[in-house]
Amino acid sequence: MSAEYDLECLDVSKNFGGVRAVEDVSFKIPKGSFFSILGPSGCGKTTLMRMIAGFEDPTRGDIYIKRKSVLNTAPNKRNVKMVFQHLALFPMMNVFENIAYGLRCRGETAGEIERKVKDVLERIALPDVGGREIHQLSGGQKQRIAIARCMVLDPDVLLLDEPLGALDLKLREAMKIELKLLQHQFDTTFIYITHDQSEALVMSDNVAIMNEGRFEQVGAPQELYHDPKTAFVAGFVGDNNHWTGKINQVIGDRLDLVTETGLSMTGHLRGNAAAAAGGNLTLFVRPEFITTRKVEDGTSEKISSDDNCLTGKIDSLLFNGANSRILVRGPGQELIEADIVLTGGTDDLRPGDPVRLSWPREQTMCFLA
Amino acid sequence: MKKDITRLSFILLFAPFALWIILLIILPHIGMVIISLREKVAPRIYEFSFANYVDFMQEPIYWNTLLRTGSMSLLVTVLALIIGFPIAYYIAKIAGKRSKGALFLLCLIPLWVSDLIRAFGWILLLRETGVVSTALQKTGLVSQPIEFLYNDATVIMGLVYTVILFMIVPLVSTLDGMDDAMVEAGYNLGGNGSTVLRRIIIPYAMPGIVSGCIVVFMLTAGSYLTPILLGGKNSSWFTEQIYEQFISRYNWESGAAFGFLLLFFTSIVVWLGLKLSGQTLSSTVAKS
Ligand SMILES: Nc1ncnc2c1ncn2[C@@H]1O[C@H](COP(=O)(O)OP(=O)(O)O)[C@@H](O)[C@H]1O
Ligand SMILES: [Mg+2]
Repeated sequence: MSAEYDLECLDVSKNFGGVRAVEDVSFKIPKGSFFSILGPSGCGKTTLMRMIAGFEDPTRGDIYIKRKSVLNTAPNKRNVKMVFQHLALFPMMNVFENIAYGLRCRGETAGEIERKVKDVLERIALPDVGGREIHQLSGGQKQRIAIARCMVLDPDVLLLDEPLGALDLKLREAMKIELKLLQHQFDTTFIYITHDQSEALVMSDNVAIMNEGRFEQVGAPQELYHDPKTAFVAGFVGDNNHWTGKINQVIGDRLDLVTETGLSMTGHLRGNAAAAAGGNLTLFVRPEFITTRKVEDGTSEKISSDDNCLTGKIDSLLFNGANSRILVRGPGQELIEADIVLTGGTDDLRPGDPVRLSWPREQTMCFLA
Repeated sequence: MKKDITRLSFILLFAPFALWIILLIILPHIGMVIISLREKVAPRIYEFSFANYVDFMQEPIYWNTLLRTGSMSLLVTVLALIIGFPIAYYIAKIAGKRSKGALFLLCLIPLWVSDLIRAFGWILLLRETGVVSTALQKTGLVSQPIEFLYNDATVIMGLVYTVILFMIVPLVSTLDGMDDAMVEAGYNLGGNGSTVLRRIIIPYAMPGIVSGCIVVFMLTAGSYLTPILLGGKNSSWFTEQIYEQFISRYNWESGAAFGFLLLFFTSIVVWLGLKLSGQTLSSTVAKS
């Protein structure tokens, strides 16, 4: 049996007058997976989702749900359900009626409705809230009711438009895990829209990075993080030291380069373009790949010629438990971020210490500008 | 010290309001009730009695007029709601940001003209020698002049026109607060146009609907000029009866009783309406 796709978009575009909100987006989502669309705000994520739900018509392209084109299907006839950015629960109905609304629209019997609502409330672990009013629920509970209201209808695809945006940080962290668990439990295809990379990376099987209406790259979270195909993806996903520079020499996929601030480095060319000496580069180095050593007088360690090495002075220390970081003033006076481990002992790094930073060549991700 | 100042400023701010309520609302009504409860037994001699109310009960013309006024006012309220709701929905949800203000202003224009002038406007249009009648004759659709005035339909139309603004304003303000996503959610979950209207939009707009209806009903039942001018002498509007008792017959006692009965009757209708729609005064009129 060939892979089954719940949703396919083929060259979907949408223009609002002169504004190109979505441009030639194509993707397929396998059954039962958690797919995220990650991009800065205004890049067209909501527009894409509204086209899938049927609230906007694509200017070009086609959308297939379960292999059937839905372009001529009205929004209330499509079996995709949507969790809105501000949830859009119905304030004049209680929790039971909110969940029963879709079932009543379908014309199910009172007994069926009662059973299904009770069942879905149990699955989201809120069995006793049926009689409550919406304003009596906490933020996290509202969230789950909004999902239950969709899931009770057994949709082919569930669309979630930045549903955690309105929650406070702590609850957001908890809901990330909970959403993933709910998706497993219902075993339904989730399409999750967000501008928050950690939400996308933690929860998704696959992530699409969207920028200015286009998909830049689609892949598993690890792939996007470690093997970005474009400078935008490298810069948007994860933290980075970011430089611009020029190529001195090309040896295979090894580049010898010098940054605008005058640092000499070796790097690894990413993307599919061919590089030549003299070309302009954008380059990224992730703070966690930089090894930091205190420079002791007289000792000089040998490092492989492939690796990059800089010396500098610690400008400041950003303590954040396991995610602590230092800012190092390098030779070109620029600040370089590097992750470190602080043990609380006497040999911890301190502001003012001279340090040597090094990282492997492969971790200088270079893109032609 | 500070507390005293807040208290003082509260009293100063509240005083004109309290004066207004006491002098123009409570005192006249108390006076009216007192006057309505006395009977003239001889010139300048009055006695306490319910005679005015008994008169009202015993004369079918009086309570028929009251019932007629009530039912026509209800009809006007319903029509104003049916016509006003789509207009309000358009202004609040469909019109763009800029045209919204212009449309709202357009609705306000009739208020710049006095009641009297507006009614005369209708008369100019609708009388036997008026614009409509003449135009119909000119185009040959009818052979004789037609009198459009002095019937119930015209009175109702004129009243709807006069009061519809007071329906539109509260409706626009409640519908404005409704998140578009809620309507979309209604469709997304499988509802069709009528389900979304019945189960989402109308329940959401209920406070605005009820408060608009209350205002429109009270205004209509208490209106005087429009029914008289468009309905003529036979319009049988209850305010006309009150006017007649006070001014023509100089019978203040029964006029006061009628006035009080009108207030009592409309209050009962409003109370029933609130009970039936499951709303309270504070959740509707106070909100919009
Ligand atoms: N109804 C609309 N009319 C005109 N422009 C729109 C409309 N909806 C969205 N846009 C434009 O399309 C672009 C993408 O918007 P949107 O999909 O909401 O982005 P996102 O959800 O990623 O923040 C924005 O530039 C926005 O201004
Ligand atoms: Mg959005």
